[in-house]
Amino acid sequence: MIAPLSWLKDYVDIDVTAKELEEKLFSCGFEVEELHEVGKDISGVYVGEVIECEPVEGTHLHVCKVDCGDKGVFQICCGADNVKKGIKAPTALEGATVYATAKDHVTVEGVATIKKGKLRGIESFGMLCSGVELGVNGDMFEGADYNGLLILPSSCKNGEDVKPILGLDDYIFDIAITANRPDCQSILGIAREVAAVLKKPLKEPRLDYTAVKDDRKVKVTITAPDLCPRYIAHYVKDIKIGPSPMWLKRRLALCGLRSISNVVDITNFVLLEMGQPMHAFDLDTIEGSEIVVRRAHDGEKIVTLDDKQFTLTHDNLLICDGSKPAALAGIMGGLNTEIKDTTKEVLFEAAKFARDSVRKTSRALGQHSDSSAIFEKGTNEYTTERAMKRALHLIDELGCGTVTDVGADVATEYSDTSVKHMAVSVQKINALLGIEVPADAMKDILTSLHFGVTESGDCLELTLPPYRDDIAGYPDIAEEIIRMYGYDHIKGTFMPSAKITNGGYNEAQRAVNKLKALLVAEGLYEVSSYSFYSEKDIDMLRIPEGAPERKFIKILNPISEELGVMRTFLAPSMVNVMLRNLKRGNYEGGTFELAKVYIPKSLPLNDFPEEKLRLCIGMWGGANFFDIKGITENIADSLNTKFEYVNGSVPFLHPGITADILCDGEKVGYIGSVDPAVLEAISAERSMVLAELDYELLKKHARPFKYVPLSKYPETQRDLALIVDSAITCGQLESEIFSACKYVTDVKLFDVYIGSQIESGKKSMAFSVTFTPKDEPLSNDKIDGFVKKILSNLKFKLGATLR
Amino acid sequence: MDNIRDIDEIKARIEEAVKDIKSSATMREIKMKFLGKAGEIPSLMKKLKDLPPEERPAMGKVINALREWAEGRFNEFEKMVKAAEMDERYQKEKIDVTLPGNRRKKGAYHPDTLIVDELVSVFAGMGFEIYEGREIETDYYNFTALNTPKDHPARDMQDTFYLGADYLLRTQTSAGQVHVMESKKPPIKILSPGKVYRPDDDATHSPMFSQMEGLVVDKGITLCDLKGMLDEFAKKIFGSGVKTRLRPSYFPFTEPSVEVDVSCFECGGKGCKLCKGTGWIEVLGAGMVNRAVLENCGIDPDEYTGFAFGMGIERIAMLKYGINNMKLLFEGDVRFSKQFRV
Repeated sequence: MIAPLSWLKDYVDIDVTAKELEEKLFSCGFEVEELHEVGKDISGVYVGEVIECEPVEGTHLHVCKVDCGDKGVFQICCGADNVKKGIKAPTALEGATVYATAKDHVTVEGVATIKKGKLRGIESFGMLCSGVELGVNGDMFEGADYNGLLILPSSCKNGEDVKPILGLDDYIFDIAITANRPDCQSILGIAREVAAVLKKPLKEPRLDYTAVKDDRKVKVTITAPDLCPRYIAHYVKDIKIGPSPMWLKRRLALCGLRSISNVVDITNFVLLEMGQPMHAFDLDTIEGSEIVVRRAHDGEKIVTLDDKQFTLTHDNLLICDGSKPAALAGIMGGLNTEIKDTTKEVLFEAAKFARDSVRKTSRALGQHSDSSAIFEKGTNEYTTERAMKRALHLIDELGCGTVTDVGADVATEYSDTSVKHMAVSVQKINALLGIEVPADAMKDILTSLHFGVTESGDCLELTLPPYRDDIAGYPDIAEEIIRMYGYDHIKGTFMPSAKITNGGYNEAQRAVNKLKALLVAEGLYEVSSYSFYSEKDIDMLRIPEGAPERKFIKILNPISEELGVMRTFLAPSMVNVMLRNLKRGNYEGGTFELAKVYIPKSLPLNDFPEEKLRLCIGMWGGANFFDIKGITENIADSLNTKFEYVNGSVPFLHPGITADILCDGEKVGYIGSVDPAVLEAISAERSMVLAELDYELLKKHARPFKYVPLSKYPETQRDLALIVDSAITCGQLESEIFSACKYVTDVKLFDVYIGSQIESGKKSMAFSVTFTPKDEPLSNDKIDGFVKKILSNLKFKLGATLR
Repeated sequence: MDNIRDIDEIKARIEEAVKDIKSSATMREIKMKFLGKAGEIPSLMKKLKDLPPEERPAMGKVINALREWAEGRFNEFEKMVKAAEMDERYQKEKIDVTLPGNRRKKGAYHPDTLIVDELVSVFAGMGFEIYEGREIETDYYNFTALNTPKDHPARDMQDTFYLGADYLLRTQTSAGQVHVMESKKPPIKILSPGKVYRPDDDATHSPMFSQMEGLVVDKGITLCDLKGMLDEFAKKIFGSGVKTRLRPSYFPFTEPSVEVDVSCFECGGKGCKLCKGTGWIEVLGAGMVNRAVLENCGIDPDEYTGFAFGMGIERIAMLKYGINNMKLLFEGDVRFSKQFRV
């Protein structure tokens, strides 16, 4: 919301600086996002009277003597065609800053500092300025758009600073308006807050006008009352289209609007001032002097003022005349009914349109305007009524038409102009705030915000301002009070009345933290990837059609296709993390991510999907399968369980270096080396290994930890070197050793040999086997017996022999 | 008396022998030569029987004295030799202490994890439990129940990723508030960290980011309690000298609503680049829980009041660690990750 300081001053006697006002507004809930001085780049420019002006022969230049009052008289060379003796013009003296322009004298190319210099050998001690050089156009100062000197009125005093004269000492506030305060989307709305915060009276704009009796009939019909609760139309005749007065042009210009013509400018002025969009139809083009507010027919078309054609649906609201669409309600007028220089009769519109309807239409059509921006946030009928009066007043004031007594004001069943009352308890408000704001202070604040207030005991009987739709309960009143009373009155307390509660992580959350701690201790870096990826990432990992990973939830409005589907597994993100690192020259590393995957129960979604926590580990560069397996083994340890690794098949992993990870016979994840063919396809220049585990399943298989009493007798280790077929796995041997003897508590492989000393097709594997005694010590003879039993079991099951 | 002369001579030889001894081994050899079973001093003792019986006691005493003296001398020298030997060893084994340690490479947590953990430890002490909600929500939980019905202009404050007619990626951890209040009755003190999603993508916005929501509902909770708790939070997270400031704002699910600024911990409030010269840094949004929200959750707003606050985890991380681009947090570049090995 743009608000010029000079305009606010129309309604409030502002006796603080712009900076102070910024702070006041900030304290009461209106953050000024930008405060800038209109002439912030201009300095050192004074009123100068040209007292001598001689042409320089053979050039377009004049050499002038310029009287700058108490600043002195200066010789200045000037090339403008309108320089002559007796005029007064803005004079930039040495050291002044003004805008530098291109050769065309129109395009601003930056800020220049004026130095004394020579033009064609003639000394010049400054510069006479044009409007452009001072950043002033014809809407801001009469004659400022002339491509030559800006001629100042002769009443200006020589040597006076030009900034106040040209309005360059004005300030523009760009204020953030929160969504609950649509009433502040206007200069008057901001002025109300300014008046309240400065404790000054508000000067309301004039709404009076004289209406002339007229016989013309105007008819308004609303067939979509839900989308248009209220519609006011008023007939103005004898229109004299012409330029607007300077004060009006200037107000619009400061808010960034170009002046068009008096009638159009009035509608724009009222929009800015009151926050009520208005429209003016050329009544000659309105068939049957009749307005019909209705939903568009599907496929119906309209061409708006900016010459764009739209095809509509029944969701779009139209303002029509007796036969055709005349405006896209709340967004933009139709080209066919627009005000022209020849317009003689005007029908003004001020209406309330449902904010949702305007928003939907505006978005669906991609057509936005200052009007739609305001309607989308919400308007109120009190302002609708006043805005029409204000427009008619301005017609009168500007003398650009005759206001008639002909109009139509249709309030549908959706219209609500009732006065709202509310009773609040002083004590309850203070109980919410936690401090004691005196009832008198509350009354003063609410009165300054235009609430009607009657006090009776603890109770304040309130009449709400008609434009404050946001006030619904006493907390809203508490907020009004504290934002004006001052948040610095709120002093910290520590929930003295609250019950003591037991806080902290629960067991499941602690388990997650413990797992992360383990992984960090393993040298891995925790990463966080987006929860969505591209279908292409799934293709990259060669996941076949129909695989569960392809049963994903799609984002209906993704930022890009790259981030279009919710992930069903973490591997694609992890491969991308590894690839990104390789591309950036991080040739070695390890990372993990513990994050959710999203598994729909049905598609399209009609129930909450499952959000399951997964763990993915990726290592690249120097790491191999066993490096990552070492980590998963430690994970198993930390869960007090064991994982089993069996040859597995995963579409993107090396067929010979892939295992399914089982826990108590259930598959909980997979581990393996990324298929070299995949690496080649994604131009990864180093190997990658990856493991992905279902955290929810891990949690299920975790065993509570319990202390096992130490054996009173020492453990015994025996080494067994076995010769087996090379197809036999370490895992098979281990589990057979365990199963043959209940005293075996640990089996560790310490050597593998394949080579000339043993038969080809065989390998030697050496294990260290630990026997732990239970109730009595284990004698050597006993252990020899166990070894014998183990060996015969191995021979029988796996054909293993002792080396 | 030959024997006496012998004794002086032995003493002299012992002194001569130990003088140049460098190693414990030689020392042992020489000691053996004089004191060993067949050594010279025991041999003297054996010769006693050759003396007349009346001379034997006196001579015995003399020899014993010699033995004691010799043992003492050898012990003395043994100590010296040992010390010299250890000195030599120490010299030989001296290392370059500036060589790198044999360390096991440590990984690092994601900055979000560090911040969440810090926040949790602050709030856990105040009695907050941790609640982790779902990320895929219905329109009701994310908006309607939080007093943001369909045509509410506040919906424009947050663009939303939609997954279906009624399902969406939550835009705020506040969505979890409603689940908690539906299932748990006051006193409620929960902290809800988690991922949230909005379609924004630039240096300070990411389509996925994390928030931490806090909610307190009980009898007699006031705005001053919110302020008191936030003061404590700011001190613990940003430093003991840090102050907080409340200023009016708007969120549909709180009333009154406030933005909370902390005094700039970089410049102490004087104004610097970090705080853009204002002396204050915006860190979170908060307010008293809207009555409508309590009602939607079946909690009587006339009996209970509460406050809620929500902050962006990445924003806190970026402020605290001086990270200049939000994207870095989601790329997994290990050169970035390494810096958080704390």
